[in-house]
Amino acid sequence: MKVERVKPGVGIESTYLWHVAKGLGVTVGHTVRHLFGGEPVQTKEYPEVRKEMPEGYRGKHRLLQKESGEPKCTACMMCATVCPAACIHIEAGEHPDPKVEKFPVTFDIDLLKCVFCGMCVEACPVDAIRMDSGIYAFADFQRDDFVVHKDELLRTPSQWSDPV
Amino acid sequence: MSWLLASADYLAVLLRLVLSAGILLTVMPLTIYLERKGSAFIQDRPGPNRAALFGMFRLGGVAHVLADVIKLVSKEDIIPGGVNRFYFKLAPIIVAFIPLTTFMIVPIADVVRLTDTFATPMATLEIDGGLLWFFAMTSLSVYGVVFAGWASNSKFSLLGGIRSTAQLLSYEIPMALAVVAMMLTYGTVQPNDMVRAQGELLWGFLPQWGIFLQPLGFILFVTCAFAEINRVPFDLAEGEAELVAGYHTEYSGMRFGLFFMAEYMALVTSGALVVTMFLGGWQVPWLPTERLVAEAGTLLPVVLGGIAFLLLAAAGRLIRHYQLYTRGRWGDARDKEPLVFVVLFSVLALAHAGAAGAAWGAVLPGWLPPVFAALVQISVFTGKLLFLCWCFVWVRWTMPRFRYDQVMDLGWKNLLPLSLFNLLLTGLVMLQPWGRQVLPATPVVTLLLMWLWKRYLLPAQARMPATQRLVVREEPTA
Repeated sequence: MKVERVKPGVGIESTYLWHVAKGLGVTVGHTVRHLFGGEPVQTKEYPEVRKEMPEGYRGKHRLLQKESGEPKCTACMMCATVCPAACIHIEAGEHPDPKVEKFPVTFDIDLLKCVFCGMCVEACPVDAIRMDSGIYAFADFQRDDFVVHKDELLRTPSQWSDPV
Repeated sequence: MSWLLASADYLAVLLRLVLSAGILLTVMPLTIYLERKGSAFIQDRPGPNRAALFGMFRLGGVAHVLADVIKLVSKEDIIPGGVNRFYFKLAPIIVAFIPLTTFMIVPIADVVRLTDTFATPMATLEIDGGLLWFFAMTSLSVYGVVFAGWASNSKFSLLGGIRSTAQLLSYEIPMALAVVAMMLTYGTVQPNDMVRAQGELLWGFLPQWGIFLQPLGFILFVTCAFAEINRVPFDLAEGEAELVAGYHTEYSGMRFGLFFMAEYMALVTSGALVVTMFLGGWQVPWLPTERLVAEAGTLLPVVLGGIAFLLLAAAGRLIRHYQLYTRGRWGDARDKEPLVFVVLFSVLALAHAGAAGAAWGAVLPGWLPPVFAALVQISVFTGKLLFLCWCFVWVRWTMPRFRYDQVMDLGWKNLLPLSLFNLLLTGLVMLQPWGRQVLPATPVVTLLLMWLWKRYLLPAQARMPATQRLVVREEPTA
C-alpha cells in the first residue's frame, strides 16, 4: 500500500463554495425532473399499492390441503418441536379413516411469539405448512386475535398462483 | 378634518401591521410546506399527499401543515420535574417573538402616496435606527436559546443551548459587518431608502441590487444568516446524533410548536432581510415606483390580463393532471379535487379578464394607481421572499452538517477577516464619486487580501494549515 499526499485544492476549489454549487445543481436537477414528470418515484403508496414480495419471502404461515380438502398435516409435532419460539400448538386426534393415523384437531400459531425463522417449514415431513402467503402486515386490536387457528391457516392462499 | 386625518394615520398603521404580519405568518407555513415537499422532490419521493380538508381538498399537501398544527395544539404539554418553570415557559415566547419584531422593519412596498397630504410607509416600523433595530432584535434571540437550554435541567438541552449560543454570538459579528458594508454602499441605514437606491441602474442596464454591487457581502450575509437561524449546515445545536434535539429536547406540545414555528419565522425574516438588502426588496426591475404609478393606466389591464392567462393555464394543467393521475385514484371525494379548482380558476380568470377589459383605456380614479403600484410591489416582494425560502430549503437538503470546530473556524478565521476586508474596501471605494461603478470588482481584491493575510501576514502558527489530502492507493501485488 502506498500513501500519497496531495496538495489541497487551489483557487475556487479551496473555497468550499464550488462544491456547494455542484451539490445544489444535483438536488435542483432531481427537483426539476420530479416536477416535470421525468423522475421515477420509488415510493409505493402503501395501503393502495402493496409491494410484491420476492420468492422465498417468509410471510404469514398457511396449511396445505389434501385433494379431499382435509389438512395435509398428520399432527406429527415435528414443527412444534423444532420451533425455537414455541409458538405452534397442536392437538392431535384419531382419524376416522383407519389408513390415516392422526390429524390435527387444533393447529394454533401465535404470531406474536413467532420469529419467522421458517424451521417449521423445513421440518415438516409431508409439506403441510408453508410461509409463502406473502402476507407481512397483520395488525389487530387484541393479543388473542394474533393466535391464528387451523381454519384460517387452511384458508390462507399462496402469494404465487401455482404452488408446487 | 384633522381628526379624520389622524384616524387615517392610525388606520394606516393598523393596515401595514396586518399586512406585514400577514405576509410573515402566511409565508411561514408555506415554507414548512416547501420544506416537506421540497425535501421529498430532492429525494425522489412524492411527499405529503394524503390529508384532506373536508375529505376532499388535499391542496397538494398543504392540508398536512394544518394537520400538523392541530396535532401540536392538541398534544399534552409536559413540563418535566426539576425545570425552572418561569424561564422554561419564557424561552419559547422569546424565540417566537424576535423574528416577528425583526420583520417589522422590512418594507414590503414603497411609500404609498394616496393624496398630496397623505402618505404612509409600508414597513410596520419606520424608525430612524433602521437596520440597527435588526441588530438589536436578532441578538436578543440568544436569550431564548440560553433560557431553554438552562431551564430544562437536561444535559442535552444545556449542551445544545451552549453550542447554539456560541454559534449565534460568533456569526453575529461577520453578519453585522456585512450589513455595515451594505449601509456604506447605499449611504443609509433606512431599509426603504436602501431598496429605493437599488432601483437605480448600474452601468446603465443592471439594477443596483446588493447581490450585484456586493457579491461577497451577499455570500457573507447569507452564510451568517444560515448560522443565525440554526439551519443546516450549521444546525449543530440540534444535531440528533449527539444531542437528541438540542435546546428544545424537553419541550412538547405547543411549546415545542412555538420553537418549531419560530425557526421558520426566523427563516422567513432572514429571507426578507436578504431580499431587502441584496435582491432589491420590493423593486420591480427597471420599473421604479414613479413609473408604476404614472403608467398604471396601461399596466393595470396588462397585469390583470396576465393573471387571467396564468389562471387559465393553471386550469388547463389541472385538467391534464386529473386525466393522468387523479381520476379514480383514491375512490372518494379526493379524486374530484382538481375539477373544483378548474371551475374556481376559470371563474377567477373570467373575472380578471373582465376587469382588464373594463380598465382598458378607462380613466382610473385617483387613489387607484398608488394602490396598484403597492400591490404589485407586495407581490414582487413576496415572490422574491418565497424564492429565498426555497433556497434555504434547497441548501438544507443538499449539504451535510459541519463539525463544531469547523463551524468556529469558518466563523472566526474566515468570515470575520473576510467581512473586515470587505468593509475596508467598500469604505475606500465608496469614498470615490465613481464608487458604485467599480464596487462589483472589489471581491477580487478582498479575496487577494484574504489570501495574503492567511498565507503570509498571520503569525506563523496560525497561518493556513498545510492540510493535505491522503490518497491511499493499492499497489498491485506481484
